[in-house]
Amino acid sequence: MDAKPVIQLESIEKVYQTGEVAVKAVRGISLSVRPGEFVAVMGASGSGKSTLMNLIGCLDRPTAGRYLLDGEEVGALTKSELSRVRNQRLGFVFQGFNLLSRTSALENVELPLLYSPHGHGRHELRKRSLAALEQVGLADRAEHHPSQLSGGQQQRVAIARALVNHPSLLLADEPTGNLDTRTSLEIMGIFQELNRQGMTILMVTHEPDIARYCLREITMRDGRIVDDRPVGDRLDAAKELARWRGPEEAP
Amino acid sequence: MKFSSTWTIALRALRRNPMRSGLTMLGIIIGVAAVIAMVAIGTGAKEQVASSIAQIGQNTVLVMSGSGSRGGVRGGWGSSPTLTRQDYEAIRKEVPGVLRATPDVRKSAQVMAGNQNVNTEINGAGEDYVEIRSWDFLEGGNFTAADVRGATKVAILGQTVATNLFGDASPVGQIVRIQNAPYTVVGLLKPKGMSMMGSDQDDVVLVPWSSAMVRLTGTTSFRAITVQAESAEQVGTVMEELASLLRQRHRIRDGAEDDFHVRSQQEIMEMATSTAKTMTILLGAIAGVSLLVGGIGIMNIMLVSVTERTREIGVRMAVGARGGDILLQFLVEAVVLSVGGGLIGIGLGFGIAKVVSAKVGWNTLVSPESVVLAFVFSAVIGIFFGFYPARKASGLDPIEALRYE
Ligand SMILES: Nc1ncnc2c1ncn2[C@@H]1O[C@H](COP(=O)(O)OP(=O)(O)OP(=O)(O)O)[C@@H](O)[C@H]1O
Ligand SMILES: [Mg+2]
Repeated sequence: MDAKPVIQLESIEKVYQTGEVAVKAVRGISLSVRPGEFVAVMGASGSGKSTLMNLIGCLDRPTAGRYLLDGEEVGALTKSELSRVRNQRLGFVFQGFNLLSRTSALENVELPLLYSPHGHGRHELRKRSLAALEQVGLADRAEHHPSQLSGGQQQRVAIARALVNHPSLLLADEPTGNLDTRTSLEIMGIFQELNRQGMTILMVTHEPDIARYCLREITMRDGRIVDDRPVGDRLDAAKELARWRGPEEAP
Repeated sequence: MKFSSTWTIALRALRRNPMRSGLTMLGIIIGVAAVIAMVAIGTGAKEQVASSIAQIGQNTVLVMSGSGSRGGVRGGWGSSPTLTRQDYEAIRKEVPGVLRATPDVRKSAQVMAGNQNVNTEINGAGEDYVEIRSWDFLEGGNFTAADVRGATKVAILGQTVATNLFGDASPVGQIVRIQNAPYTVVGLLKPKGMSMMGSDQDDVVLVPWSSAMVRLTGTTSFRAITVQAESAEQVGTVMEELASLLRQRHRIRDGAEDDFHVRSQQEIMEMATSTAKTMTILLGAIAGVSLLVGGIGIMNIMLVSVTERTREIGVRMAVGARGGDILLQFLVEAVVLSVGGGLIGIGLGFGIAKVVSAKVGWNTLVSPESVVLAFVFSAVIGIFFGFYPARKASGLDPIEALRYE
């Protein structure tokens, strides 16, 4: 474990100032995540998990502290450089999917490519987006609109969108929060497969059961990390899924 | 980011909401079409007025019998004719520089030939009338000064009257009956077609004015006399001489108001075309206001859509759109709507102008200037009214936009 960290946080703080009241959502977090890690962020509601994810995802800036992404100081970047980082190096998956309505799955997945500085031809856009959809097993739904897809399928489209620019880090804020157990398992299966291929993943979850598919578990309370340990009894999503199917589909 | 990507993004965004896009465009379509059509119709009207006035004849002066205030009641021109046949003869004899002249006597009457009859306008004219209006004969010829002196019963037919009475047969040498008196047809005029008011200029019968006064109207004075000067240079002096002759003949004291009007064809032309021009500007301005309203419509929709699409903007920013990309997207959307609307509007304006010109029978002129102007204006409207909403969109914070309900 001597690879350079993907994420390195040093005494990160985030204070929300609403009128007179200052809410300290994150109070001095130091954290290091190395390539290939699969981290679950746990904690009670309001403990600052989403705030932390938004900071790591370059959607927001910390009030204090230092954040190095791939060794690069993020605090020094301009707004438009942050956009570039989000576009090229990060993939973000939300609890509420955040797909564009009345837009096909394929066009949703193409979105990050359209904002890519490299500028892809029409043909390449399509090829890469279809490949990303293939990765999440939805190539046959490319022309479907979000309203024509199930929740799990919509989340898979969102994952494909996060993957299409080949980021080095995948961030997910409660990706299974709106899904039932079985569909959650499918999503975890995709994550585990991606992680096996080398993707670094950081995900927020409320459910201890879901955290057991990860490799490392961090617990937050009141804006601080109170626990950080490897997952002991790790589960394999593919196996669990097979077991789930077993009693239903065998007879 | 490549510009082609901005196009793709903006066009996809517009396609996501075809109804909204269409309605926004409609404002611009109507505005631009109105401007194009109104200016075309106005310009066409101006041309038509000019050409119909030109038909009065070259270097002509119109003497109109004036508003003699009799018994304190003041009528419009020609309401109480003050021009007598003696005035007419004096004008011909005494005013230097007069080449030709013809009085104007009109009456609607029934004309018959065989078992056919038509209602038409009988125009009592002098022997110079046809020449002054540069009207040619298809067949036969003019009546003579002797015919006018003797008030003989001869007639010249317009094409429409001739066709109605005689079909394809030649009317020359035939007899027509006007209020039961028989007239010999001596000539058939070349067709002139519609006038700008949509009336048929060939629906006319010319007879010597003397015959018309004696047999048809029973009047002793004229509504107007058309005088043709020998040259353009002489129009001015002819007008002055005419006026002084008539003041003298009508015994009008110095300082008193004339009971006639003298206008050169040039003056009438200028008055009429300037009126038509004013009308064109007025119509264009009204249409311009509707274009402005269309532009405000674009701003309105874009503003509403920035609010409505806050989450979409957040998503775009989360996957890497920069403020500038969002600005450009909204700007391109606005410009596509306005320019697209502008192009459709130009087409529609052309169509309306075509239909109107077919209906009223005169040319409408879609000027290249008005097309360029409408196009540039709609593009400017798009940029101008699109910029504020686009700025608003690009300034959104990604986190807040994503959290927006
Ligand atoms: N935009 C904001 N303005 C003010 N306070 C905020 C804002 N966002 C979050 N907070 C506050 O910061 C704290 C942490 O919020 P956060 O959303 O990070 O919690 P969380 O751990 O993600 O909770 P949950 O599990 O419910 O999603 C909360 O007390 C919340 O009220
Ligand atoms: Mg949260």
